[in-house]
Amino acid sequence: MSRSMSTLTRADLAETINRKMGFSRAESLDMVEAILGHMCEAMARGENVKISGFGSFVLRDKKERIGRNPKTGVEVPITPRRVMTFRASQLLKERIAKG
Amino acid sequence: MIRSELLLALAKDNPDLRAEEIEQVVDIFFEEISQRLTEGGRVELRGFGAFSTREREARQGRNPRTGTTVDVPAKRVPYFKPGKEMRERLNGG
Repeated sequence: MSRSMSTLTRADLAETINRKMGFSRAESLDMVEAILGHMCEAMARGENVKISGFGSFVLRDKKERIGRNPKTGVEVPITPRRVMTFRASQLLKERIAKG
Repeated sequence: MIRSELLLALAKDNPDLRAEEIEQVVDIFFEEISQRLTEGGRVELRGFGAFSTREREARQGRNPRTGTTVDVPAKRVPYFKPGKEMRERLNGG
C-alpha cells in the first residue's frame, strides 16, 4: 500500500504552498526550509519542539552502553548521545489508526 | 519551541508577510504531512528525518485499573526516523 504511493518531499510541500497561497515556487520552498530550519535550530539548542495538533519532537539523552558488532561479535562501547524522538499527538494517532 | 514561537520566528524572517499568511503556511505544512501519513504514505525531509507508519497487530490488552482483558484491534501507528544531519547536529556535529 505504502509502496504504491510516492514519497512526500520538500518539493511537494512547496508545491502545495505555491498552489494554495499563491506564493512563487522559490518563496514557497524558502518557507518550507525556514520551518524545518527553525525546528532544527531549536533542537540543536536543546529545546523540544511541540506543534499542537501534530506532535512533539522530544530530545533524550542516552547513557553510554556496550554494543556488539553483529558481524564479528566484538563488544564496542556506544558513546553517550542525544537522540530525537517523535511523539504524534492524540489527534494524529487517531487519524492514522482510522486511515 | 511551541507552534506560536515558530510562527514568531517565521514572521521575523518575513516582515513582508501577514501573520495570517504565515499561520496558513505552517498549517499547510503539517496538514500535508499528516494527510500523507493518514493515507499510509511516507514523508521524507532530507537532513531532518522521515515519517512513515507501521502496522501493529491486534493484541489482548488489559485495563490497568480493573485488570479486565480487552481486545486491542490491529492498527497503523506513526513512526519517525531522524535524518543523519539532524542526528549529528544534536551531538555537536
